[in-house]
Amino acid sequence: MPKLPAPPLPKALQPKPKRPGQNGNGNGKPSPAEAAQEAGITVVDWIDERTSLSGGLRWMLFRKVPPGVNWFYTLGSATMFAFLNQVVTGVFLAMYYRPDATGGAYESMRYIVDDAFMGQLVRGMHKWGASVMVILIFLHMGRVFFFGAYKYPREMTWIIGVVLLILTLAMSFTGYLLPFDDRAYWATIVGVNINGTAPFLGPYISDFLRAGPEFGATTLSRFYAIHMLLLPGLIIGLIGAHLYLVSKLGISSHPWRKPYEEPVHDVAEV
Amino acid sequence: MADKRKKDLSKYTVDLNMPGAFEGETVTRRNFMNITAQGMGGLAAAAFTLPALAFAIGPVFSREPFAWQIIGKPDDFQPLVYSLRVITLVPNIGEGGKSTAYVRQRDPAIDIEPEDEYNQIIAVTSRCSHLGCPVRWVESASRFLCPCHGGIYNFRGIRVAGPPVRPLNRFYTLIRNGYVYLGPMYSVNSELRRFSNRDPGQPVDGIGQFLYPARFSTSVLPPTTHLPLPPPGIPAG
Repeated sequence: MPKLPAPPLPKALQPKPKRPGQNGNGNGKPSPAEAAQEAGITVVDWIDERTSLSGGLRWMLFRKVPPGVNWFYTLGSATMFAFLNQVVTGVFLAMYYRPDATGGAYESMRYIVDDAFMGQLVRGMHKWGASVMVILIFLHMGRVFFFGAYKYPREMTWIIGVVLLILTLAMSFTGYLLPFDDRAYWATIVGVNINGTAPFLGPYISDFLRAGPEFGATTLSRFYAIHMLLLPGLIIGLIGAHLYLVSKLGISSHPWRKPYEEPVHDVAEV
Repeated sequence: MADKRKKDLSKYTVDLNMPGAFEGETVTRRNFMNITAQGMGGLAAAAFTLPALAFAIGPVFSREPFAWQIIGKPDDFQPLVYSLRVITLVPNIGEGGKSTAYVRQRDPAIDIEPEDEYNQIIAVTSRCSHLGCPVRWVESASRFLCPCHGGIYNFRGIRVAGPPVRPLNRFYTLIRNGYVYLGPMYSVNSELRRFSNRDPGQPVDGIGQFLYPARFSTSVLPPTTHLPLPPPGIPAG
């Protein structure tokens, strides 16, 4: 593909490269003004010289993608941004929320929604974002399935994705209890009892989830700890592995690409 | 190739001409360091992981105490009419620890299961044995109806229709000192034979009692010698 000529710029706007030390004090060192202009580059260089992060970033962000990638390929990133939304709003909700089964949990939720500044918005983002994330996961999964992107050599990426789906549903289950209203309470009773119908281990799994034979004082704090510490840690780690594999293996082409087409690669920023 | 060469080598470090080897030594220093470092690492990780895990699964193995609680006087309950009582399953956590029970006197004409001191007053839980939603007694239908998935039970709490897998759980009850005391919950099979308290959704008929074994956390029947006294203001019946 021939390189297109650059669009013409007025002379005044065309950048003129300066010679090193042109405005300096004559000893070849940059003047304070020049040093200030390049301060950003200097800082990034200082870090990169000591960490070599830029190589990894280039490897991750400037990689070859097949021709014809389309909007369906953005569903994975969309899911990740839905997760980041949950992380950010969740962290700030935790500043006001109290996992207190004797009534403090419901009262703190009432405070967040009714009284706290922007509380209803942040809580709403967390609540609706959870549904959005689950829907996006299934859309992303459907894209991967119908495009055949789970096939060799990307099976590991698919398996990690399935684990992420299960963890996300576990997040939905544990998060559903936290408002501690009637719906949360009874939905959790039903959910724990569904867990209990697994043969042999079921009765002990529900005892583990409830922290005892009945829904008790520590059930809420247990769900809270699982929801905001255990599962997010696992999900963040597995998203890292998922992204590493996506980068390492490259993304697959769409299924309607012609079989003997001369492969044309273009570098895109993703 | 490597395996073949290894086979020919002696297992004694002396035979391998290792510097500092002594008679009968088989573990090289490199191997010893390897095993020690990894073993210590594993030990250190286990030292904080195992207690934390045990801490988390501890409630599965700890038996919860359950105290007898007064739910009224024997005259408060009639043989053919259910009275609703609010009971405490988990003390000190407010509404979340409360539940309800439907209580009536035993009627030998209907209640043909074996009689003992614990079922003179029959207390049926409102917890559906399908998935734990609260059932309610509907007088006009003479049935317990569950709002969630349509479980239906008859007057004795035995499943008539819908998804429940066994009759409604019951409570041990006791008549002492002119009061009715309510004890821990137990599960029953379709012949109302007693089983230790199972969660909803777990059948106890046939193979079910083995597929869903008793739990370690089930409350035992508390002793009947030290029953709590009623709060002042409630005269004995």
